[in-house]
Parts: sequence; structure tokens; C-alpha cells
Amino acid sequence: MARQRGKAQGADAAPPGLVSLGGGRARTGAGNLNTFPMWRYMVVLVVVLLGALYASPNLFPPDYAVQLSGRGEDPRVPESVLAIAERAAADAGFEPLRSGIENNQAVIRFRDNETQIRAQDIIRQALVREGIGDDYIIALNLASTTPAWLERLGGARMNYGLDLSGGVHFLLEVDMETAVRDRLNGFEEEVRSVFRTERLRYLRPIESTLEPPELTIRFRDSADRDAGRAALQDRVREFDLSTDVVDGDPALVMRLRSDVVSEIEDYAISQNLQSLRNRVDELGVSEPLVQRMGRNRIVIDLPGIQDSSRAKDIIGRVANLEFRLVASADHPRSEVETFEYQGRDVDLQRAVIVTGDRVGNAQAGHDPETNMPQVNITLDGRGGERMHEATRHNIGRQMAILFRETLTRTHYEEVDGEMVLVQVPYEEQRLISVATIQAALGTRFRITGLSQREARDLALLLRAGALAAPMYIVEERTVGASLGEENIRAGFMSVAIGFALVLAFMMFYYRLFGLAANIALAVNLVLLIAVMSLLGATLTLPGIAGIVLTVGMAVDANVLIFSRIREELQYRSPQAAISAGFDRAFVAILDANITTLIVAVILYAIGTGPVRGFAVTLSIGICTSLFSALMVTRALVNLMYGGRNIRRLAI
Amino acid sequence: MSESDLDVDRRNMEKRQRFWEFELAINFMGARRFASALSIALVVGSILLLAFRGLNFGLDFTGGTLVEVQFPESVEPQVVRAQLEAAGYENLVVQHFGTPRDLLVRVPPDLVGDEATVGDQLIRRLQETYGSDVLMRRSEFVGPAVGEELREQGGLAMLAALVLVMIYVLFRFSGKFAIGAVVALAHDVIIVMGAFSLFRWSFDLPSLAAVLAVIGYSLNDTIVISDRIRENFRRLRREGPIEVINISLNQTFGRTLVTSLTTILVLAVLFIFGGQTVEGFAEALIVGVLIGTYSSIYVAANVLVTLGISREDLVVPVKEGADQESISP
Repeated sequence: MARQRGKAQGADAAPPGLVSLGGGRARTGAGNLNTFPMWRYMVVLVVVLLGALYASPNLFPPDYAVQLSGRGEDPRVPESVLAIAERAAADAGFEPLRSGIENNQAVIRFRDNETQIRAQDIIRQALVREGIGDDYIIALNLASTTPAWLERLGGARMNYGLDLSGGVHFLLEVDMETAVRDRLNGFEEEVRSVFRTERLRYLRPIESTLEPPELTIRFRDSADRDAGRAALQDRVREFDLSTDVVDGDPALVMRLRSDVVSEIEDYAISQNLQSLRNRVDELGVSEPLVQRMGRNRIVIDLPGIQDSSRAKDIIGRVANLEFRLVASADHPRSEVETFEYQGRDVDLQRAVIVTGDRVGNAQAGHDPETNMPQVNITLDGRGGERMHEATRHNIGRQMAILFRETLTRTHYEEVDGEMVLVQVPYEEQRLISVATIQAALGTRFRITGLSQREARDLALLLRAGALAAPMYIVEERTVGASLGEENIRAGFMSVAIGFALVLAFMMFYYRLFGLAANIALAVNLVLLIAVMSLLGATLTLPGIAGIVLTVGMAVDANVLIFSRIREELQYRSPQAAISAGFDRAFVAILDANITTLIVAVILYAIGTGPVRGFAVTLSIGICTSLFSALMVTRALVNLMYGGRNIRRLAI
Repeated sequence: MSESDLDVDRRNMEKRQRFWEFELAINFMGARRFASALSIALVVGSILLLAFRGLNFGLDFTGGTLVEVQFPESVEPQVVRAQLEAAGYENLVVQHFGTPRDLLVRVPPDLVGDEATVGDQLIRRLQETYGSDVLMRRSEFVGPAVGEELREQGGLAMLAALVLVMIYVLFRFSGKFAIGAVVALAHDVIIVMGAFSLFRWSFDLPSLAAVLAVIGYSLNDTIVISDRIRENFRRLRREGPIEVINISLNQTFGRTLVTSLTTILVLAVLFIFGGQTVEGFAEALIVGVLIGTYSSIYVAANVLVTLGISREDLVVPVKEGADQESISP
């Protein structure tokens, strides 16, 4: 092998004359080789300073706080309530570190996790004693201690994922089949009513299948079929119509269009999302995450919550709607209930026309002619029949929509000398709409005369109260607070020790160049943290593992460069070797990093939660390590050696 | 080259002879038949293991319920298991997790009743028996459908990673390099999975992330070496393919060792200090980095030799070649 190596060098050294001519760049380089123009040093400096600035919020550990926010329409918390909470905590021996109103919310900060949890209990008791326990959401929170000027510049700490903060994670699946089937039944009813009003004949029953979503209507002869087709063409536009022969009878096959199917699915998801958001608020979590994932799933992350069964109770709760007629003046008083609506009393008949489970869709929209805001409501077949029955003789009267929801009221009871938190469910009822019936209503009708905002709010409430497509919990993860704290400790220790070991090794192996690489590695870590903070990325344990791995792998670019410089030193002057080392290593570094980035992107695409955290850290780490090796190390090496006459490199 | 420059070179070379730096002249390709045999044996062994023994899929992939609890004092898994079985839970796995006070209880899927509440019930039952000091550390439930989906997605992800990487290498290098890189990656993935099967390590989502990270790491190594082989094919006109590859491997060997060393260093730290949750992740990556280092030297290069790589396989873009000449002597 030594022979081969000799040959290799021989091949290189063979045309020395070529070097002195063609390598003019290398020769003159002794003067200005390995120097950066000033602006490049400035770019590196500015990036590093910006990185340091935006990474710095992570140096301010958050306070364990109890956060109060208004539950009703007015989210503001008055000073007096803050004072009650403060006094209660102080009286119980949990002196707050600091407290105040921040963004309309009362934030009371405590020393540690345990004090925070006990203080939350005490504050809740105090507010219940004052009779305002249900007016405020009392949540555990990690309150930022980042200086205000830094926050104004957009600086923020990385959020902790559930595996670090502790908390409950749910993955819910919405039953799309049921959602589509319900709507299909509604359409079937609509078809029947079209045939009824047009006095068209068809053979019963209408057949309905789910895979594919189709209605099949048979007719006695093709003339009937053509008439039926003509009638349906303009009335029921959600279908593609085609003709067929079923059991020897001419038939009309109505296939639900795929865009309508996805509309139904989107609606089912958004409806469930809305009602979940409403309910999650009740759990007292300061930063809940409720988000659609994929076609038919919803993720809920509740940091800080430990009691998953209570969370499940509240998430599983159902709200309902009732459509009722407003009672006329001569209606017997025994059949009347009175509710308040926009500051006045409204008497409703006790009889319910239709309940929320008949509502298939409710959307805010605009009247195509007048462009006035309105809410479009779609009922299912049975609901449409009942609505028609109830309204056709009552044109000119008013109809109201009542929203009913089960909430919990909190109070304390003394059991065996101990104060025990008791939560009593109660039903809240309120009127959300009173409107005049202008025509006989069917499966589809609209409520007009609303402002834009009213229309949107009403549609939201209608959706929240309508029976949503059923949901099932398909994944649940709870991380206890103690495990979370341990994970944080373990994660940070791994980063610190791993970082220190790599620094020591590089220093030992590459000496002065090792120092440059180490500074670049530190810059890399700072930049990585800064970018993650700026992107609002969530830090998870696998994410920390990604950081540790990045620390280990980020030196690779430097190692590539340095080992190349060492090699080049065999046939070049130190200055030329430095320059060639950086130039030659560049291609290998780029190729290697791009391919790794491909893998990281795939990881991100398939991963959920923690794995995504890992992928994000890995990708950002690749980019920052490229910058730190190619720009920062180069700048440092240039500063150390550039433009000087050197005979020896400490590498 | 002037006289003084040569002096500098000589001094630099002398300087470089430190005790841990030996002049490298390893005949890597000399052992290539032995390496082929070893790789084939490892891959075949891994495939057999995977086929007959299978992977010990974790909760993420099988579905089911898992609870991690901490007791006030040490407990025997068998005792807890017997108690829970008496209470009607079947096919439980109960084991220590980290310390003798920590237990991991795993309940398989398709247990009758409302599955999503099994975790809560288990904890409540343990608290009834052992007092309220039993601390819930972690409780996870994964529906069977989700697990199955993840298995499919995981397999797809690995295939996608291999195909995309192959396309990139094909585009940047040439067909033979692409085959070499992908064979090396498949080799690594199969052996790492084989290690999971052999040691009965639980294969969960973080493990999958680790395997994909191994793909990334090993690829990194392979690309760096391929890059040097390509460069040397262009520069060294007299040597045969095996010699060129040997020279390239020797030139990059120092870098290969240093990078593997720093990576293993941090992974060892992660394994020791990172806690139980990332232990499997660290284990998989340590095996992966070792195998990946080996495969980038032996598998990728070996495939190149076997495919009969030659100078003609590297279509040299005129511009890049010209650039090379002006920088290099």
C-alpha cells in the first residue's frame, strides 16, 4: 500500500512546473489568500449576534404561575379579583414571587411546581367562597420571564412538548362514515319531497349505499325516469346523475360528488373542533392545542393536566339545540317557558320542533342577491319534515333556537375536616336566535337580518350544538409532572456533557484549529436554539436527542475540512493548504448534508409529535452546521492566519 | 515548487507524526472478499431473525395500553402482575423500568370494554392496593388501527428515503455509485433491525426515527467517500480502480474515524444520561453508526469494485474538470 500511496503522490507531484504557472493564485495567495472582505466578517458577526439575541430568551427559566382569565364574553380580570387570589395564596403560606395583570389575565407567579399546584387549589377555594369561582378559568401556566424589550423584538422561549411539561395528549378519530351516511339520508328525504311536490312516480324504496356514496331510484318506465331526472337536475346539485337498469327497471343513479364528500368531512371535523375548543376551555389549561390532523383526526394536547379521566369526561360532553316556536300571547301559561334574549324576555312554547341532532350543516354566508349576511341551515330528512309541518301554518310567527349545554360548577365541601373540591354538573340554557318565519321551511332554510359577526357566531353555536359525527379516542398519552421534570433534567445534562466531550476532543485533536471548530460548534448550538425559538418549534425529548446528535455530527464538516487541510499540507504551503482544504471539502460537505436533509424531511412527513420534533431539530441543525462550518470556522481561521506569512499550522 | 516551500512541507509532515497518527496505508480492498462474506452473513442472519423471530414492536405499533408507575418502595413485578390478573386483566407484561421502584405495565389491545380507560383503571387499582403514593409517571393508549397505520407508514418512509437518496446520488454521481450507496443503506437498515430482533429491543416510534437517522448518518459517510473516489478517479490516471478506491479510503479514513468517534461519544452520553425514554433510541443509533461506518468503507466501495467501476463511468463535466486543474497541482 505504501507503494501505491507513493504513486499517488507521484502523480500529483508530476507536473510541478504547472503549479508555479497555473497555481499563480496560490502563490500570490501568501499575501491575500484566506482573507475575507470586511463585509463577510460583518455578515458572520451580525448572524452570530442575532442568533445570540434570539436564543437568549431560553436563558430565562419561566415561573410556575397560576393564571386567571375571564370565562364570559369579557376576558378581563379586575384588580380586585387578583387581590383576592394573592391574599388567599399569601395567607396559606405560599407567598407569590410576583403578580400582576398581563394581557388582561391575572398571573400569579410561584417558586416551584408544587407550590403552584397547591396555590391553584387555594385560589380556587377563595374565588368559590367569594361566589365567583365559575366566572374565571384558573389555569396552571409557565409564565415567561423574558424581559419586555426582548419580547417586543419577537424573542420567545422554546415551548416544551408534553413529554417535558407533563400533560395529556389525545388523538381523536371522527367517524366519517356516519357523517356521510347522515347527510345521504337527508338528501334521500329531499329527493322524496321533490317527487312529492312535482307529483312524480317512482318505485320505492330508494336504495342508498355508502361505498360508493350513491342513491339509486327505480322507475316504472324510462319516461318517468327522464321526468325525475329533469326535476332533480336543478334541485339537488350535490350529485352526478347517471342512468342505469336495476332489476330490469330503468333507474337513476345519483353519485354524491367527491367534492361534496370532502366538504361533509371538513364540516364534520370543523364542527367537532369547535365544540372541543369550547369544552377544553373548561379544563383550565393555559395553552391547549386542538388541531386537525390528516383527513379525519383531531389532536388535543393539554399541557399541565394530570387527570386524564376528568379531561375525557369534559371532552365527551354534548351540547344540544332546540328549535321552538315563540308562544303567542293567548298560549296557556303552563305550556310556556321564559328566556332572556338580548335584554328582553321571550316566551317559548314547551313543544320542541327539532333538536340539534337533526342539524346536518350550519354555515355563515351571504345572500347571493342582496349580499347580506345570513346563516344557512340544513336539516336531515326527518328534521325537514317536522320543520315543514310546524312552520307551514305559522308563517309570520317567530321561531327561537335554544342552546343547551352541560357545564360544571365548582364548590368545596368539608368532608372529614378536609376541604374537598366538588364539581356539580348543571345545564346552561340560552337563546341564540329569535327570527320571524317568512315561509314554510324544509330541510334547507336560512336566518337573515344578522350582522356579519352575529352570523358567524350563530353558525358556530349551531354547529357546536348540532350532533357532530361521533368521535373516538384512538390514542392517549399522559406524562406525569415528575417524569416531565426528569426528562428536562436528563435532556439538558446530555446536551451539556455531550457538548463538553466533543469540545475537549476537538481541542485535543486539532489544537488551534480545534478552537476555531469549537467556537463554530458553540455558534451552531446558539443558532439552532435561536432558529427553533423563532419558528416557535416545540422542544421534545427526541428533539433534545436530535440536538445532541447534531452536536456530534456537526463537527463532521469541520473534520472534513481539517483533515483535508492536513492532507494538502503534504504538497502545499500552509496558506494554500488552508484555502484548498476549504474549497475541496465543500462539495463533499454539501452532498453529505443535502442527502441527510432528504432523510430528515421524510422523517418530518411521516412522524407525529415527538418524532417530528426530532426531524425539525435535525433539519435545522444541518442548515446551521453548514453555516457555522463554512462561514464561522472560515472566518476564524482567516482571522488567525489570513494574509500572514506562516510556516507552520497548529492542526 | 520553490525550495522553501518544500522545506515547509517536510516540516509539516514531520510535525504531523504524533503518536496517535500513523501514516495510513491500509489495504482495505485486500479484505474485500472477507468483508463481503461477513456482510452477507450479517444481512442473511438479520433477515432470518426478522422473519422467524420478528420485531418486538412497541406500543406505538401494536396498539394497547401502557402504564409507567412509581411505587414508594421497591416492588416485585410478579406480585403486581398476579394481583392485576386476579382483577381480570389478561396477558399483562409487567417489568421493572429503570429502578426497582418503577414498573411498566403493558396491556395488549383488544381487551373488552372501553379501551381508552384501561390506563386510568389500572392506576386506580394500584393506588387502592398500594396507597395513594403510587405515582403515575406515564400512561399511553394507542388504538390498534393507529398502530397498524404507523407500521405501514414506517415501512413506506424507509422505502421513500432509500429511493429519494438513490435518485439524488444518481443525479450527482453515477448509476454505480447510486447502487453502492443504496446497497450500503439497505445493509445498515437490515442489520440494525436485526439487532432489534436479536436483543428483543422494543421497536417504537423513536426507534424508527433512529433507524432513519442511521440512514442519514451512513449516507453521510458513504457520500464523503464516494466524493473522494470520484475525485481521485479524475486525478489519478495511472492507478486501477482498486488502487484508486484504496487510496481514497485511506485519505478519508482519519475523518471517518473522528466523526464516528464524536458521534458515538454523544450517543454514549445520551444512553447514560438521557433517561429510559431515549435509551432505545441511543442503542439503535450506536449500532447504526458502527455498522454505517463499516458499510461506507466496505459495502459501498465493495459494490463499486464488484460492478467494475472505471474512469469512464464518471462523465466529467468540462467546466468542473477545468476548475479542478487550476486549483490542484
